[in-house]
Parts: sequence; structure tokens; C-alpha cells
Amino acid sequence: MRIEALWVAFYTIVIREIRRFTRIWPQTLLPPAVTMTLYFIIFGNLIGSRIGQMGGFTYMQFIVPGLIMMAVITNSYSNVVSSFFSMKFQRSIEELLVSPVPNWVILAGYVTGGMARGLGIGLIVTLVSLAFTHLTIHNLPMVVITVFLTSALFSVGGFINAMLATKFDDISIVPTFVLTPLTYLGGVFYSIGLLPDFWQGVSMANPILYMVNGFRYGILGVSDVNPFVSLGMILVFIVLLSLVALQMLQRGKGIRH
Amino acid sequence: MTNALEIEGLTKQYGDGFQALKGIDLHVRQGDFFALLGPNGAGKSTTLGIVSSLVNKTSGKVRVFGHDIDTHLVQAKLNLGVVPQEFNFNQFEKVFDIVTTQAGYYGIPLGRAAQSAEKYLKQLGLWDKRNTPARMLSGGMKRRLMIARALVHEPKLLILDEPTAGVDIELRRSMWAFLEQINREGTTIILTTHYLEEAEALCRNIAIIDRGRIVKHTSKRDLLQQLSVETFILDTEQELEGAPTLEGVSCRINNEGALEVDVEKGQGLNAVFAQLDALGIKVVSMRTKANRLEELFLRLVEENASDSAKDLEGAA
Repeated sequence: MRIEALWVAFYTIVIREIRRFTRIWPQTLLPPAVTMTLYFIIFGNLIGSRIGQMGGFTYMQFIVPGLIMMAVITNSYSNVVSSFFSMKFQRSIEELLVSPVPNWVILAGYVTGGMARGLGIGLIVTLVSLAFTHLTIHNLPMVVITVFLTSALFSVGGFINAMLATKFDDISIVPTFVLTPLTYLGGVFYSIGLLPDFWQGVSMANPILYMVNGFRYGILGVSDVNPFVSLGMILVFIVLLSLVALQMLQRGKGIRH
Repeated sequence: MTNALEIEGLTKQYGDGFQALKGIDLHVRQGDFFALLGPNGAGKSTTLGIVSSLVNKTSGKVRVFGHDIDTHLVQAKLNLGVVPQEFNFNQFEKVFDIVTTQAGYYGIPLGRAAQSAEKYLKQLGLWDKRNTPARMLSGGMKRRLMIARALVHEPKLLILDEPTAGVDIELRRSMWAFLEQINREGTTIILTTHYLEEAEALCRNIAIIDRGRIVKHTSKRDLLQQLSVETFILDTEQELEGAPTLEGVSCRINNEGALEVDVEKGQGLNAVFAQLDALGIKVVSMRTKANRLEELFLRLVEENASDSAKDLEGAA
């Protein structure tokens, strides 16, 4: 396919993805806004006022970057996993398989669709947080790069999950039993400096800790880890997982007999 | 002239060891209206699935308008439109979006895609439903939607897997007329169907596949000429209680109470009418039994089953 045709195929997939999650906005856009508002009220205002300062900031200010990142991660992942799996389930994936769209364009289209939702939700949560606290940006490029790359990484992760899934249970196992615990234990609500040494060491093995802290560094200027190490790790994981996803598409894993 | 489709030595073995295709050779000429017939599980959908990249082949060659799917898959796909057996669109999307999105996958910009979608949705009687979510359509409309979607990028070869399954007679006839029209305009069509009457009415060339092998690959005319016996249905003035005894022909009373007479080729009907006249049976109308192809199909499939059984006995 020529470059113009590839571009048309790419934005066709992206537009269809955006159309899908905006069509069902009460299921996709509204719940994160409601959930995060509750987090801000309960953890930020009610409990946070008794906790005092953390890392030199109010508890509300401290948790805002983590909550934004949590929303971005969860929504980027769940958008791709549910969209691609439902295409498999309804067999509408065949529309793509019979067409001449190359595998890398399919992957790029879905990842961009996942990022559109993840970043859109991130923006909504940021706007909601402004109703509760004042935010200043310490390092804008770091904020933008970290949130974009994290969203891309979890969109690719969602794509692989959808390729492997054979039933609806399979698309909820990873978000429930892997993503949620890692996010909650990834320094969203606390600094790992509060933990005993052993658990600090264990926390360092959690990849989400690096993303949350990289983003927190961009907004507040404080981080438990080196933010540039965070960026490097995210990039390496994006490359590795993308290669895995492309290999699965090439083999037709779960989509071709 | 390059064939629209060429298949050589195509085999498919599924993961569970089942050998769905055992070396298929097939060619379809440009402009042809071709039927691939066979009983359930014969390998029709597997063959078409491999041609349309929905199934991975085990071995063999497939070329679409000369483009090998192993080396020039994009060119092969650009020439191909596929209408599958099962509904395979997003049920929640609108009709117009489904068709224009498919065009987008072929690199057609939205403006041209919209024109093409309008053309085919109008021709298939779906233009009024363009803003309706697909799940709200009737079964026949969903089938027509899949045809419009398959044609939106103007393919030179259209593959239809059971396109009229579950469609009422009136709609089936209108779909036949549409397919004949696009075939006249130059689109090569390959059709699988369980309605042999459909293949007999539409197709010029036919292949019959059974148990993963092609058991016949010829023109419809040649195939029908292989019928040594032709069956005529005679409507009599008075209802017959039983089939009369006629010298040189076999006959029976069918479900409708009409007389069915098997006449060998070249035998002529004069002797039959003379005998019926002598028995005082008055014939008021006569027609050829329509499903001639069905008889031949059943015979070929039975012969293949018997050959396969002998092969198994030999192997044992």
C-alpha cells in the first residue's frame, strides 16, 4: 500500500476506536470521573487533611499525579483489550484480516485509539482535580512524555491480552489481578520512603512505580526514583511488547485458524 | 488471459490433526460466475478462508489475478471482496459507517468511500437504513450489507460463502439479479451455496468438493450432460392412485400427486405418451424436474464416499 493509503487505513482505525468509546460514554468516560472525584473527596480531603504533608506537599497534591496516571493506565489498557476482543468475539476482526492493512498499522491504530481514551480520561481527571487543589507543573516535557509513553505501553499490553483471550473472563483477569494491585502498590497513595527497607526493595520491582513517580516528578518535582530511568524503562517495554504483539499478529494467534 | 483465481495443491491440516483439504487444484477464469459446491464440512469455507486470508494454509499455492498470496498478498487482497457465511460486522455500528470504514481499510479516503458506499447501498436497497445500527436490520438486510461492504473497494473478484442462506425467495431472486448484473459488468464471482437451484440458475462453471478433494471441476453444461436420465413431471387430469406400469421407463407418484417419469437420453417421449394414452391417462401439463444438478451432486458425493470407504478398507 502507498503511504497515503496507509495513512487513510490508520486514521480509519483510530476514528472507529474514538467513535466506539464516545458512543458508550456513560460506560467509558463518566465512571473514571466519578471514581476519581470520590478518591479526591475521601482520600484527599477527608483522610488527607489528617495525614499532613508528604514529600513537602499536601496529601491531596501528592496523590493527584498518581490518580491521573492510574486513570490513564487503566483506561488505555481496558479500551484496547475490550475493543479488540469484542471484534474477535463478533468476528468483525475479519474486516481487517481480509483487507490489505499491514499488521503494524493495525497495532498502531489500536494503540492510538487506546491512547486517545487514556489521555482523554487523564485530562478529565486533571480538570476534576483542579476543583480540589492547585496544580503547578514542574517540568512540562517530562509530564507530556511520561503520560504519552505510559498510555502507549498499556495500550500495547491491552492488545496482547486481547489477542490471547479466548473468553470474556480472560480480559478481566489481568486488570483485576495484576494491574490494580500493581497500581495501588505503585506509590499512588504513598511515598515508598514510608515503607520498611525490604518492602521498598520489593516496590522497586513494580514497573508502575516508575511511571507514577516519573509523572509525579514532572508535576511536583519530587520522585522516589530517577525519572529518566523511568522513561528508559517505559521505552524498552514499549519496544519489547510491540514486537511480541506484531509477532502474534503475523502468526494470526487467536484470530486465524 | 490471467485467471481470476488459481489454486494448486492446497492442503490444510488443523491443529487437532483434521485434514480439511487434501490437495485442491482449482482455477476460475476472469469474468466467470463459478460455484463451489459440497456437503457440510467438505472444505468449501476452508478453501475460501485461505483465499481471503482468514485461514492459514498448510501447503500449496493460491494466486488472485496472478498475485501469489505468499509473495504479493496486498495486491491479491486489493482484487478481492469477501462475503462470509456468518454475520461478521460490529452489530452496534451504523450501516453507513460499516461500509465506509471497510473502504478506509483499503486506503480509500472518506469522500470517495462515501460515494462508493452510497452507490452500493442504493443498489442493494439499504440507503434508507444507512443511519440504522446493524443489529436493527433483518437477516436479509444484513446479508445485503455484507455484499455492499465487500464491493465498496470495487474488487475484481467477489467471493460469496452461502450468500442467500436464510433469505426468503423474493429477496433471493433480487440478490441473484444484482449478482448477475455485477457479473455482466465484469466482476468475477465465486459462490458457495446449498441451494443447487441457485448454482444451476447463476453459474457457468462448477466444482464439487467433498472430504477435502475436488471430485468434479467442469462447466455446468458438461456436468448436466452427464445426466443420462432426465426426469419429467406430468400433471394428469385425474389423480392417480398408483404409478402405472410403463414399458421402458420407470415412473412414480411424487409428493404432490403428479407422475414423475425417468426418461433416458435419446429415448423420446412419444412412446411414454402413447402408453399413457392407451391407459386412459390424460396429461394436462408437463415440466422438467428443476433440481437436475441436485441429482448429479448427490450421485458424485455418494461415489466419492464409496471410493473413500474402499481406500480405507485397502489401507486396513
